[in-house]
Amino acid sequence: MLAENYTQEIEAILAKYPSDQKRSAVMPLLFLAQREYGTLTNEAITEVGELIGLQTTEVASLVGFYSLYHDRPGGKYRIQVCTDLPCALKGAQAFADELCEKLDIEMGETTPDGQVTIEQVMCLAACDRAPLFQLQGPNGFRYHEDQSIGSAMALIESLRVRGQVDRAHRLTAS
Amino acid sequence: MTEHIVLRHRDIERIDQLEVYLENGGFRAFESIVRKKSPEQVIDIVKKSGLRGRGGAGFPTGVKWSFLTPDVYPRYVVANADESEPGTFKDREIMERNPFQFLEGVAICAYAAQAEVAYIYCRAEFWDLTLELDRKIEQLKEGGLLGKKLFGSDFSLEMYTHLGAGAYICGEETALLESLEGKLGQPRLRPPFPAAEGLYGKPTVVNNVETLTNLPLIIDRGVDWYRKIGTEKSTGTKVFSVSGNIELPGNYELPLGTTFRELIFEHAGGIPNGHAIKAILPAGASAPILPASDEVLDTKMDYESVPEVGSSLGSASIIVIDETVDIAWVESKITDFFEHESCGKCTPCRDGTYWMKHIFERIMDDTAQAHEIDLLHTVGIGIQGKCLCALGDFAALAVTTAVERFRPDFDLHVQGKSSKAA
Repeated sequence: MLAENYTQEIEAILAKYPSDQKRSAVMPLLFLAQREYGTLTNEAITEVGELIGLQTTEVASLVGFYSLYHDRPGGKYRIQVCTDLPCALKGAQAFADELCEKLDIEMGETTPDGQVTIEQVMCLAACDRAPLFQLQGPNGFRYHEDQSIGSAMALIESLRVRGQVDRAHRLTAS
Repeated sequence: MTEHIVLRHRDIERIDQLEVYLENGGFRAFESIVRKKSPEQVIDIVKKSGLRGRGGAGFPTGVKWSFLTPDVYPRYVVANADESEPGTFKDREIMERNPFQFLEGVAICAYAAQAEVAYIYCRAEFWDLTLELDRKIEQLKEGGLLGKKLFGSDFSLEMYTHLGAGAYICGEETALLESLEGKLGQPRLRPPFPAAEGLYGKPTVVNNVETLTNLPLIIDRGVDWYRKIGTEKSTGTKVFSVSGNIELPGNYELPLGTTFRELIFEHAGGIPNGHAIKAILPAGASAPILPASDEVLDTKMDYESVPEVGSSLGSASIIVIDETVDIAWVESKITDFFEHESCGKCTPCRDGTYWMKHIFERIMDDTAQAHEIDLLHTVGIGIQGKCLCALGDFAALAVTTAVERFRPDFDLHVQGKSSKAA
């Protein structure tokens, strides 16, 4: 439960806004829920709503509107390649296509081990450093700029290794 | 130009460290106005400086502040750090490399507006940067530069960051306020403007990161110094983001009024691979496309001159396009962007961008009929001027002007032959 596991974080988020404007906290709380559950299921959405007195439908409409909330399962990590005009002029589309080919998945799909989803996204405000992508993971986002297929595949490999290590830890722990 | 005003980290190493920023006169401007000047005097200085909004609209900053409804409190200041315009990447560099000057700018704006709470609305993609800003804000509180009763005055100020979640529209100031209130990021009907009814219905100033970052030096060095840079009506410098087919992509801070030719060929190294320049998008995806004629290249990049040749300066994100590129393809990419980012509130924008996208799919497949190029133009005209915010206009303008100015590139597709499939 978020209220129990993240008491301090939730308090810190709510403290940013006037006490009669708790609704403002909904977006940071959704990021918190996404960190905890990976996917924003109906249950997770309801839980966020209950924290600030919003109906499930109201919260769900926000999840649908904003592109960085995910209500459908994907990989643990999402590689989000910008293919907008300035990046495309620097070969970002070819980069994205080749990356999919190397991973043997279509754009928007997840690798069979469940680690990495490849997505195409809109402008990331780093047009001078294309090809680039951001990596969305449980703890936020990180930019990877001036990429080549080689550097991207090396990163993906390291994420997979980390995923296997995490899984091994869980198995040992249980 | 030898000295930077906004990108000062390029002149002063480690200015992102508080002690270095303070050694270089940091927070002198903020402290001096809180101690010695009334909010009205600060607004007057900013009006006289001629500073205009750097987010795209170019509206005079001091005038915007003076519209705040008198005697209504609390008030809010919101820094617009939702940088998402294709081709724009200046605010991120400012906040990453010269963060304290930006934060001091927010503080100066808050004092002028008499707002005791300021929010910095960052796009979620700037996640690490936002966490770093949180740490910098903590440092300022520890140093007595933010908090209660600053410098012995009655003025108190708190600053908070707030993350968006992936929506271009939230860069539009009223959509940003909706989003900050925890709602869908959709624009509001205006009036009332945010200065009358903004965040939580209270008087609010929303300013772009670059605009705010100009303030400390304007206060510290004075209006006369600032007005010597730039042109009579477009004062100061601008950070130009240059991308596309260019040798040295990046940010260039130059006086407003610098020509396209100087920026592209002297500073940014010209066009790679010996190609010729074909077109310029001077405001990212959000303005009419310009053929790179001598007249255009010799045009001054300021808020008055660019409209004279048929476009606008906007946020000054210069996307350079060379002769090998098919303009129909350029516009199909731009249309994909706006179709995706239309918030869906106004029918002309929501449906119009959808129709344009589908016409473009046929054009790029070379299956469109000749009349569909005119249809594309008609749909664009049908969107313009009929929506609550400028997104609809932006989506239409680049396309309609491209059809008017680069018709041969479109015609090649309907004759079953493309000049170049990019």
